[in-house]
Amino acid sequence: MAERILDVKNLKIDFHTYAGAVKAIRDVSFHLDKGETLAIVGESGSGKSVTTKSLMGLLANNAEVTGGSIMFHDQDILKKSEKEMQNIRGKDIAMIFQDPMTSLDPTMRIGQQIAEPLIKHKHVDKKKAWSQALELMKLVGITDAEERIKNYPHQFSGGQRQRIVIAIALVCYPEILIADEPTTALDVTIQAQILELMKELQEKIETSIIFITHDLGVVAGMADRVAVMYAGQIVEYGTVDEIFFNPQHPYTWGLLNSMPTLSSTKLEAIPGTPPDLLDPPKGDPFVARNPYAMKIDAEQRPPFFKVSETHYAATWLLHPDAPKVTPPDEIVRRRQTFKDIMAHKAI
Amino acid sequence: MRKYLLKRVFYMILTLFLVATITFFLMKLMPGTPYSNQQKMTAQQIQIMNEQYGLNKPMWLQYLIYLGGMLHGDFGVSFQFSNQPVSYLIASRIGASAQLGFQAMIFGVVLGIIIGAVAAVHRNTWVDTLCTILSIIGKSVPNFVLAVLLQFYIALKLGWFPIADWGGFSYTVLPTIALGVGPLAETARFIRTGMVDVLNSDYIELAKAKGLSRYGIVYHHALRNSLIPLVTLIGPYTVALMTGSMVIENIFSIPGIGEQFVKSILTNDYPTIMGVTMLFSAGLVAVILITDIIYGIIDPRIRLSGSGD
Amino acid sequence: MEEKIKLSPESFEALPKAEELDNEKIAAPSLTFVQDAWRRLKMNKGALISLFVIILMMVVAFGSTPFINHDSLVKSAPQYANLPAKIPGVPINGFNGKLKVSGEWVDEYKQNNVPSNKYFVLGTDYLGHSLAQRIIYGTKISLIVALVATFFDLTLGVAYGITSGWRGGRVDNIMQRIIEVISSIPSLVIVVLMLVVLKPGMTSIIAAIAISSWTTMARMIRAETLQLKSQEYVLAARTLGETPWKIAWKHLVPNLSSIIIIQTMYTIPTAIFFEAFLSFIGIGISSPQTSLGVLLNDGQKNFQFLPYQMWYPAIVLCILMIAFNLLGDGLRDAFDPKTRR
Repeated sequence: MAERILDVKNLKIDFHTYAGAVKAIRDVSFHLDKGETLAIVGESGSGKSVTTKSLMGLLANNAEVTGGSIMFHDQDILKKSEKEMQNIRGKDIAMIFQDPMTSLDPTMRIGQQIAEPLIKHKHVDKKKAWSQALELMKLVGITDAEERIKNYPHQFSGGQRQRIVIAIALVCYPEILIADEPTTALDVTIQAQILELMKELQEKIETSIIFITHDLGVVAGMADRVAVMYAGQIVEYGTVDEIFFNPQHPYTWGLLNSMPTLSSTKLEAIPGTPPDLLDPPKGDPFVARNPYAMKIDAEQRPPFFKVSETHYAATWLLHPDAPKVTPPDEIVRRRQTFKDIMAHKAI
Repeated sequence: MRKYLLKRVFYMILTLFLVATITFFLMKLMPGTPYSNQQKMTAQQIQIMNEQYGLNKPMWLQYLIYLGGMLHGDFGVSFQFSNQPVSYLIASRIGASAQLGFQAMIFGVVLGIIIGAVAAVHRNTWVDTLCTILSIIGKSVPNFVLAVLLQFYIALKLGWFPIADWGGFSYTVLPTIALGVGPLAETARFIRTGMVDVLNSDYIELAKAKGLSRYGIVYHHALRNSLIPLVTLIGPYTVALMTGSMVIENIFSIPGIGEQFVKSILTNDYPTIMGVTMLFSAGLVAVILITDIIYGIIDPRIRLSGSGD
Repeated sequence: MEEKIKLSPESFEALPKAEELDNEKIAAPSLTFVQDAWRRLKMNKGALISLFVIILMMVVAFGSTPFINHDSLVKSAPQYANLPAKIPGVPINGFNGKLKVSGEWVDEYKQNNVPSNKYFVLGTDYLGHSLAQRIIYGTKISLIVALVATFFDLTLGVAYGITSGWRGGRVDNIMQRIIEVISSIPSLVIVVLMLVVLKPGMTSIIAAIAISSWTTMARMIRAETLQLKSQEYVLAARTLGETPWKIAWKHLVPNLSSIIIIQTMYTIPTAIFFEAFLSFIGIGISSPQTSLGVLLNDGQKNFQFLPYQMWYPAIVLCILMIAFNLLGDGLRDAFDPKTRR
């Protein structure tokens, strides 16, 4: 079994606003093994970005961690001081941001921006840092890197800038790379290139990736495991095949159903809006939008039911006493494929 | 870039020409004659005086003579100050005004940057509130009121600095403060707003994610990005300092251009008024041009688009 | 975990279908632009207090018209000259008619044989006028100068800006060059030239301030008009054949209103400052006329011995300036939520 490098347990985070405390993260647990890619999927406001910010110790001032632990190897990140976190950020855990157009300092040369983490963490001199920055620029596929290292961000295209942001994140060979919707702001053709690059680099520098996205399509090619988040909770997690072809939670059904496929004739949206996290529902947060809702969903939060060794889902539908329901056609079709995959694996 | 500069210089000259023309004809419309003791003068005396100053020539000829003289720095002769040439009057007084203006600018901008940056870094705390209150007061209290108060309480009552006149550095302290408070307040507000924006930007988030210290982030990323736009304020500050010098130099009896200007206005000494007007306009136009060039040099985004022009 | 859960067969009954789900449920009630701005302004205590102070000062200044007029203020009463403030029933030095003369508090009212029922809340000036009355009158004059100057600045600047931005092309180019030239002449120079040529007084000050300050407004309005012009709803109105006047009135002015209001809030204190500045150095309004600048000029002459004569008008002027600046900041934040952090 692979080494477990990150273990998040029962994480709870509140945001203090004028209207009251918004319970943005409500009891979230997940883990990350060495070398794997974990995708966290959810719609905006589901708390996926907040979760990753807490891994970096970069929560906004009005956020408060009210419970849980984040174990990085054998140290709890939540107990670290700001000074100690500065030594982890950029060195052990690095991050790629959503919008490459705004995440580079417009008045600083690219070379210096890539070299900065090296100067800070590896204590190398400027010359050495720049030569390493140059290597990394070549690694992320910037042509004429020798020339362009002296350029400023506005002289690069969006795709190139995201490559530079990746270079900054990887310059210290971090153990964990957090990618927060790294392709959302890019053109579709560029998206594929960036994803390809990330996979390639992951093998070269042996990093683990936490991949945040709302786009299930991106997840399929990238991730080893997937966690589905809804209203500040993880509702289902499993391997990428299990989530894609044998989903159990009605919310995951809805997500997959609203994704265009070659065979689908019509896109199904999930009706309604996510619950207000100022006053979260006491039962299953998805109850109001769930066409399969049962009385118990409104009253009690479902525990995680085990589907397989790697696959868990928090829905009362998995309780032995629950009535059998027929999921949407698309899901039925997918489950058929899943049987084929499993059968194939068995051979 | 060169084409752009040439265009700018052309507009500069056009502006100055317009100012000269407008000033000249406005002065001709001015009621009353420039001689302070006119009542005592005979018609013949006035005639002699007019001839001496060239006032009996046709208007257009006077205008041409005036423009021609200006080209080689001749602004005519002052009517009031013992018939000295205006250029000499200005030359003998520009030193004090320039020193005072320069000191006030440095004092205001440097202190303003510090206060604004401190407020932005500690935004939404009592430090921020205090800085905001101070800059609002600094912006709102007229500099001449402040000057009178400083002169009375600091110089006269406490005796820390000379009350008035122009000597060594100690004479410049109070006028510098009075003149510099306006730019100080403006700079502090400007830097605070800009820096709060910058601190909320994605690239600061990325800098944090790199593991940089708070000092490193503020010094290497936030400060530089919020300082660049400050260059655009140098023009307005120059105007404020010119305006301020008129009243501050008067209060502290400093022999500078501003004090001279007020005296000339009160005594209808129009060669001097025109001379100082031209000096102020030329100064402002030059400052605006220089700051535009500086802005292009220090902001890499503009630098590129400028050379591609 | 499992033990706590009490499950019964009914628990697994389907939940009755909820009423139709609204896909775009909006949590907050919808507000118009102005309501929204007002709501935000109300949260800004400094701006709200400033608004109150400004209204109060305007009411007092303009409401005083029937009681305090110019004629009564030019009549001198030398027997009451230079009396300090006296408020009956306030036994604090400085407000009881006593003045510090070479370190001793002396009752000036007694010294000058002022009848015991005669008192001046803020004292008197060197000609025996009530300082309180002169300050109220001066505030009125300063406000009138500022408001009228701002009105011209508004109409000229807004019209120029809209025309330049809307017409575009060569017209815009020429109009912008003109502004460029005008704004590189220091406004001080324009003001001074105006005052030298016209007779110093209220009219010339108003004209001078109006002429020198409209360019900023015109520039901002032009920039915004250029942006609005390319907006879909304006395009739609043009395609539907609305006249330019109607478009300007119905679509541009409402959308420009926030800029106009904010810019006005900054022009007013600038105008108040300029009036005080010019009168202070003696080329604006001058005695026996009254304005805040004149009072400061008068007060400054006797500051060493009668500090109250300058302090009171200075305080009123500063409060006025602070209130307009704070309200301006508040309005800017209220109209432009992006700047609020």
